[in-house]
Amino acid sequence: MAEHDVARRDFLVKAAQGTAMAATGGLLWVYLLKQEARAHPFALRPPGALAEKDFNAACIKCGQCVVGCPYHTLKLSGSGSDLPIGMPFFEPREIPCYLCPDIPCMKACPTGALSPELKNINDSRMGLAVIDLENCLSWKGLRCEICHRECPLKGKAITLETHPRGISKHAMFYPIVNSEYCTGCGICEKACPTTEAAIRILPHKLVQGKIGDHYRLGWTFDTEITQDFKPSDVIGPGEGKTLAPGKAPGQDYLNSGDL
Amino acid sequence: MSDLGGYDARLDALASTEKVHNLSFTGKLWSWRYIVLRRFTQLGILLLFYGTAHWAWQWPEKTPLLSGNLSASEFIGLIPLADPLAALQIFLAGHVLRQETLIGVAIVFGFYLLVSGRTFCAWMCPVNMVTDLAGWLRGKLDIRALFHVHRNVRYFILAATLILSALTGVAAFEWVSPVGMMHREIIFGIGFGFLALLAIFLFDLLILKNGWCGHLCPLGAFWSLVGKAGLVRVRFDKTSCTHCGECAKVCPEPQVLNLKKLEERGLVFSGECSNCGRCTALCPEGSLAFDLRPLIRQHNARAAGSTGH
Repeated sequence: MAEHDVARRDFLVKAAQGTAMAATGGLLWVYLLKQEARAHPFALRPPGALAEKDFNAACIKCGQCVVGCPYHTLKLSGSGSDLPIGMPFFEPREIPCYLCPDIPCMKACPTGALSPELKNINDSRMGLAVIDLENCLSWKGLRCEICHRECPLKGKAITLETHPRGISKHAMFYPIVNSEYCTGCGICEKACPTTEAAIRILPHKLVQGKIGDHYRLGWTFDTEITQDFKPSDVIGPGEGKTLAPGKAPGQDYLNSGDL
Repeated sequence: MSDLGGYDARLDALASTEKVHNLSFTGKLWSWRYIVLRRFTQLGILLLFYGTAHWAWQWPEKTPLLSGNLSASEFIGLIPLADPLAALQIFLAGHVLRQETLIGVAIVFGFYLLVSGRTFCAWMCPVNMVTDLAGWLRGKLDIRALFHVHRNVRYFILAATLILSALTGVAAFEWVSPVGMMHREIIFGIGFGFLALLAIFLFDLLILKNGWCGHLCPLGAFWSLVGKAGLVRVRFDKTSCTHCGECAKVCPEPQVLNLKKLEERGLVFSGECSNCGRCTALCPEGSLAFDLRPLIRQHNARAAGSTGH
């Protein structure tokens, strides 16, 4: 074999080895990153946090929000924990978010992972309160309603509904969470007197369903149903009442034709 | 004649070595001055972060003194600071950076352009304390390398950091960085980051000398690239150097002390020099010393003139 052939072979082998090393290392690295990034679906993020994927990309893991929080609510996740490494989260049963009107955590964030577009703390959506009906004292028939009383958006985020109770003359007072207003601050979870909290904050995507645009809840609209339905007009059922007359979505197939 | 000259030179070198090894106690202490200073800055910065996070240190009133960590921080509520490599990764991961981050990046980047990039490694990075300990212990125990890794591997890892950030949508190095882990977990609470540090310690101690900082760390690689243009450099005076080689023995990046290049340039030119000051404090002839780049040429010309070279 000519000398340059040997050199060429040598070079090709080296190049292949180098590529193999890079590919192996790169794959391992990507695997690690993917593991970390999808680590835990239960993490509750500070107010204004971007959607999970964007938050993962944007957070620089500096902890300035943690320093900014006057209630020591926020913590950074350590490596080896269930949560993606080094990012802020809170556990409402320990310390909830007390909804500072000036949002110091968001202001401390240098990268915008906590979005400065959040102007009013009551618009933050850190999670959604969910009641365990089986273990809620109020739903069992006791007079508790502590979550309702402690809720910073009481009467909006948590409302009470009275129901007659069997043969007793005393009514039941059911706390109801309204996702339209609930910020997920977790003050209710902190206040709940049961041994394990019967009301908890969970990320929206774990608990919140979606009915789909094609259902028409005719009785929520105090307006005439029209023919000029466009999918873009669809608004959630709670907001339906605010629709301008003549704008209600849905097709009036029941009242059309030769009926 | 040339033989005799070589013999003389060797005697000079031996005399220099002798000087290094026969330092008086105070001389020895003095030769550690940069190590003491470096620990002071490394721990001092850590303390400022820790005090702000845990004891609510404030200055001016009601303003956190130094909030954050080495990834990004804010000093006295006024000056934003941000790690340029972290910011670059975040940008590549698909997030448009805010002005505040960009200003922070500019400040940090400008600072390390002045003092030379890898000054970060020796004077700021907390992992340096771990790897210095491993390196020192390795010297004491006289442990040989298990295998060799090319020092340029770190540049490939740096490239991979950037590529993977773009591919995976998360800052690839920040999510595994032992530098970030150590600083974060000391300041904001304990995780299992110490295991990563233990791994680095053992790797440096038993497997590869200066393995992490000198071969693998992409942050060090990044600052090496920046460091080439640095203003604070180690100047080399070839007229007084006796070629004793003591500097290369203590240097964690001995390739930067390549004698031929030193003589050519009159300074440690490579960006891989971390300005740790080991060589300058040790050099028995004063041939290596910290200086500002623009002053070095002048100084060397003067030195050459005074000895008639």
